[in-house]
Amino acid sequence: MTTAQLELRQIKGPSALGGGWRRFINLTWLVASSDFKLTYFGSVLGYLWSFVQPLLFFGVLYLVFGVVLAKAFVKVSDFPVLLLMNIVLFNFFQGATGTAVASVLVRENLVRKMHFPRLVIPLAVVTTAAMQLMLNLVVVLLFMLIYGIQPRVTWLLLPVIALAFFVFSCGVAMLLSSLYVRYRDVAPIWGVISQALFYASPVFITIESIQVHGQTVTRAYMCNPLAAMLQQARHWMIGNSPGTPAIMGGYAWALIPAVIGIGICVLGFYVFNREAPRIAEEL
Amino acid sequence: MKTGPVGIRVSGLHKTFRVPEHRIHTLKERALHPFRGNKFEEFEILKGIDFEVLQGEFFGIVGRNGSGKSTLLKCLAGIYRVDGGTIEVAGRLSPFIELGVGFNPDLTARDNILINAVMMGLTPRQARDRLDEIVSFAELERFVDQKLKNYSSGMQVRLAFSVMVQSDPDVLLIDEVLAVGDAAFQQKCVDVFYRLRAEGKTIILVTHEMSLVERFCHRALKLSGGHITHIGDPAEIGRAYMTENFSSYSSEEREGSRAPEVRIVNAWVTDSNGAKADAIPFGQWFGMTVVLEVLQPISQPGISLWLTSEDGVRVFSAGAREDGEALSDMEPGEVVEFSVAVRNPLSAGRYFVGCGVTRGTAGLEILLFQNRATDVVSYGVNLHGLVSVDMSPALTRTRPDRETVS
Repeated sequence: MTTAQLELRQIKGPSALGGGWRRFINLTWLVASSDFKLTYFGSVLGYLWSFVQPLLFFGVLYLVFGVVLAKAFVKVSDFPVLLLMNIVLFNFFQGATGTAVASVLVRENLVRKMHFPRLVIPLAVVTTAAMQLMLNLVVVLLFMLIYGIQPRVTWLLLPVIALAFFVFSCGVAMLLSSLYVRYRDVAPIWGVISQALFYASPVFITIESIQVHGQTVTRAYMCNPLAAMLQQARHWMIGNSPGTPAIMGGYAWALIPAVIGIGICVLGFYVFNREAPRIAEEL
Repeated sequence: MKTGPVGIRVSGLHKTFRVPEHRIHTLKERALHPFRGNKFEEFEILKGIDFEVLQGEFFGIVGRNGSGKSTLLKCLAGIYRVDGGTIEVAGRLSPFIELGVGFNPDLTARDNILINAVMMGLTPRQARDRLDEIVSFAELERFVDQKLKNYSSGMQVRLAFSVMVQSDPDVLLIDEVLAVGDAAFQQKCVDVFYRLRAEGKTIILVTHEMSLVERFCHRALKLSGGHITHIGDPAEIGRAYMTENFSSYSSEEREGSRAPEVRIVNAWVTDSNGAKADAIPFGQWFGMTVVLEVLQPISQPGISLWLTSEDGVRVFSAGAREDGEALSDMEPGEVVEFSVAVRNPLSAGRYFVGCGVTRGTAGLEILLFQNRATDVVSYGVNLHGLVSVDMSPALTRTRPDRETVS
């Protein structure tokens, strides 16, 4: 009898990653891709609609800040494509984290009735958003070509930018989704914070408008990991501005936002991992 | 008793739920009252559970609501973290707390099968390879590319059960799965249970259905108040469970009419030895007795005892006779004891013993009508019908004549 060879293993109870890496990755991918399919293949115009929203937003912001209020800000070359890229990247962060907040609660069934690695849930949400980000970035590249930006070697570093955004979003998503299980006002609070981050990051206010206030203000501003990532993206993709280390005045300075970003990810994982075993009981 | 390698070992298992007296739901509250909410009310659900299940054993867990059996199952399934003790399992374990967990109604059956099978622990490749078997077992070949929201609930259950069976775990945890689905599906489940049992899978079945426990389980345990009260022979467990269920109901107030002429002093059931009992095994003799006190004169009285099923179907009734004659008139102060002995023909379940008193013969007047004077529990056999009757089934088969064909 083959069953006689089975070894007794201790059941450790629920955890963030439980059940092995392969199963974890498979599950994240399956859940994310099926969610993606649901969102974008459900209707005929599925994907198109999802790009119309950032595009309209871009139109409004461009009209307001690029045309009407143009004089209030330092003039930047290639502003329209920069704005579009920034919106797409920031939208990914805001959308992914905003959906992730309540995700564990929405999938309550899985948590309470199955041995399901809990971490899959927020990560799948971010992964679904990342799939859309890829498509959006392709569109952004097309716009850039049409606009007349010369393709450059650093375009190949786009995946690095996307990955950085992905990892950072995962960290925030882990933190928020586990906190939300305990504290339900995390959702509205995060709504306000992410809105504030929009204005605190160089999405439509370019770094040139910050630099006029001096080096100290610029450095403080760039400590925001989102600002650092967006600035680096601008340097690599459009090339009309120096990269984050140059803006901050050296690689040592650039370590600050990197450490903050990684710190948030570690904190997110730590909090999630600590909460994971009890989530089924807290819900 | 079977011996062999251990499939599941639970030792010293404790589980306590801490319910805060004042639950803090928001960060705002937390900020306003930083020190509040440290008081908890503790509910100890499992108070030290020890048992072993051998590999290849079909093991039943029974217990009334609140006995901790669902908590035990969720601990075994790795859904709850245990507070004390250890659980060890040999091989891959698939829990079925509920069928169809994680089904997404907006996805097709095909996608749902893949996701669900991976949740059960298969790799995506294995899941794709077994897709056809899963679909054909569920008899849903024609609908595999339909969205699940277009499925009837019965179809969804079939699909979920099929995924479970085909995911081929080493240990199965099954909770009340059979409560759903039509008769044909239930039969299929039963067939699968037989097959899995024969294949030597380790199976833990949590159920209220004693007939299932007695039919399939090699051994069983009964939980009560977070302790194991019985462990061992399924028939024994079934009896203990029925008795426990019974005793908590017997204190309930009985419905019935209050009559000025007569009252029921007592009513009880006795087993074949004449001792008072609440549970009677199928096929054995038992007695139903009622004691009445007459308060006012009753002319041409009639007394009857009857038995109703839990659904309210009267199974049989018996009228009292005196030496084969109608009863003579009754006087106040008289005490009447009426009993009926029956050989238990009842399918497993709870039954009510009813009692009635009438006056007159032509224009029968009902003085007392109490449908539930006492209860009796029958156990041992689930008959797929209310009672067993004397019968002789006969089967005739006419085969096509082979010689005329060739």
